[in-house]
Amino acid sequence: MNRIDALFARLKAENRRALMPFLTAGDPDLATTAALIPELVRRGASMLEIGIPYSDPVADGPVIAASYHRALTQGVKVAHIFQTLRTLRAEGSDAVRDTPLVSMVSYSIVNRMGVDRYLNDAATAGLDGLIVPDLPVEESASLQDKATRRNLKLIQLITPTTPRARAVEIARLTTGFIYYVSVAGITGERKALPEDLKANVAWLRTQTDLPICIGFGISSPEQVEELAEVADGLIVGSALVRRLADSATRSRADLVKEVGDFIGSLADALNAGDAVG
Amino acid sequence: MSHPASTGSSTSTTIAQAPDALGRFGAFGGRFVPETLMDALNQLSAAYEEAKADPEFVRELEYYWKDYVGRPSSLYRADRLTKFAGGAEIYLKREDLNHTGAHKINNAIGQVMIARRMGKKRVIAETGAGQHGVATATACALFGISCTVYMGEEDIRRQKLNVFNMRTMGATVVPVSSGSKTLRDATNEAFRDWMGSSKETHYTIGSVVGPHPFPTIVRDFQSVIGREARAQIQEKAGRLPDAVVACVGGGSNAAGIFYPFIGDESVELIGAEAGGRGRKSGDHAASLTQGKPGVLHGSFSYVLQDDDGQTQDVHSISAGLDYPGVGPEHAYWKDSGRVRYESVTDAEALAAYGEAARQEGILPALESSHAIAQAFKEAKRLGPGKILITCLSGRGDKDAFEVARLRGEPIT
Repeated sequence: MNRIDALFARLKAENRRALMPFLTAGDPDLATTAALIPELVRRGASMLEIGIPYSDPVADGPVIAASYHRALTQGVKVAHIFQTLRTLRAEGSDAVRDTPLVSMVSYSIVNRMGVDRYLNDAATAGLDGLIVPDLPVEESASLQDKATRRNLKLIQLITPTTPRARAVEIARLTTGFIYYVSVAGITGERKALPEDLKANVAWLRTQTDLPICIGFGISSPEQVEELAEVADGLIVGSALVRRLADSATRSRADLVKEVGDFIGSLADALNAGDAVG
Repeated sequence: MSHPASTGSSTSTTIAQAPDALGRFGAFGGRFVPETLMDALNQLSAAYEEAKADPEFVRELEYYWKDYVGRPSSLYRADRLTKFAGGAEIYLKREDLNHTGAHKINNAIGQVMIARRMGKKRVIAETGAGQHGVATATACALFGISCTVYMGEEDIRRQKLNVFNMRTMGATVVPVSSGSKTLRDATNEAFRDWMGSSKETHYTIGSVVGPHPFPTIVRDFQSVIGREARAQIQEKAGRLPDAVVACVGGGSNAAGIFYPFIGDESVELIGAEAGGRGRKSGDHAASLTQGKPGVLHGSFSYVLQDDDGQTQDVHSISAGLDYPGVGPEHAYWKDSGRVRYESVTDAEALAAYGEAARQEGILPALESSHAIAQAFKEAKRLGPGKILITCLSGRGDKDAFEVARLRGEPIT
């Protein structure tokens, strides 16, 4: 069974929600990424999204765009990222080996490597799925088919600007889980989330049996606790990545601890919400 | 103009002249954008189809082109340049004589009119050399719509005059400090703005690039250049030209002048790309002649990128050509063999800038200077008795400061 399916089956049985941190591979370096992954798993991450740095991300806000730039500036390549993940899968603890990993990757990168090679390398690196934010469903049929044949999930996004009929169609074409984008805009921390967010997710739940995870703009324990009412999982990106931004002044151990503490605080909030819910 | 998309060509063609339903020109084009923008693109496609079928829209657009822009632009026989080049007769299609000094106004007015039809309250744009920014700021002033222009800090330095003019017309110019601080980074920022604002904002893309339907919309609006040139040369010379040359960055003036000639198999079409300082990566912006098929800014086309799909740094003396991608229809024309693309160096373009000034009293934009440099080569190759049209896409006032700096004679 794909690790993503296994995770959501387990969480559903336990009436719990998934916490999904996003981190940019290679920011500030791959050794830190390799140290962060087990720490985040230990502190309560259910699944990890691994951002493959891209030179021209248009869906990402300044925090994640800058982290991509930092990783690329010091020469991180896709092959290096996959090698790091392969090592973690081979040598990590049982918990690390069982945690689903999903790459967030631009189609520019997938296309340049070749779809088959990207998927083969991703599968052997121990990835369980991919999110290709600049590949809408109209263009993704072939990738979906090839991913499925390798037991990889292709997770599609639904946004507040997606008309409802289109949302139903996207839900039909996605595998693993639905990535529900909370706001019409780029990634980044936001104090207030849209008022109709919970209602929109509740409606989507009536249209699909797939798990629904919410991302974009989520940064605080309060938001995590609130959204746990309607979501199967919560994705936290910029708020984590921001904590790695001034890596030059801090040791790797300090960075890992600080990010671990932050994810731990969100996991505690999610568990509290689950306990209430 | 009977129709923005009509070609005016009477001959049959073997090349499809419109994209398919997914916005594909052969293998190129499409939509490679975040889901957040898909609904805005679908709405824009519908609004454009509706507008171009509306005789009132077409009539109003033609009115502004004629009475505000100053169309038709002249087709001028450049006798002294012809003599200098020593071969085919060189004609210049004078887009530099348009209001705001470049072809960009043809498209900007059309797109801002569509934005108005769609009830958008705000227009955003990206600009490299500033000509598209000025054109968009102009059209927004004309129609009373709020305008924000994204521009790289390096381009702001190179194009101070255009920045000043945009601000004078009421536009907000937002400096972009990320990456190479040029057009590519300005485009990223404009997309980011649009991600969060598409409900009330239209993104006026300035070239035949970006996701479907932008490459088609911009090509259709710019095709007025080629339709006029085709009719004008038949009137002046009694026949079609032997060749048409235009510069290609994103490729809008080239698409505009080439498109109505696509079906005329006797007419050679030649695009001049920015060869910069040479063939080394980062020293040029020749996407078609040195790039690979890939994805950038929402469409599949030729891109200057590395083996990991990361966009490479580019260089051109001309801010308007300093871009690592190119319109997907050009990629299609290249692969089909219908258009030949050549690369022209900074030095060749600078020399052509000087020759046009000395021989004809015309200061071409540095972008257009690439086309003139290539025209010299083609005119010599074709020889006397042949006819060549070069698109003079814009005037060089904006570049005077940069040329002076490069010559070591700074104006300020």
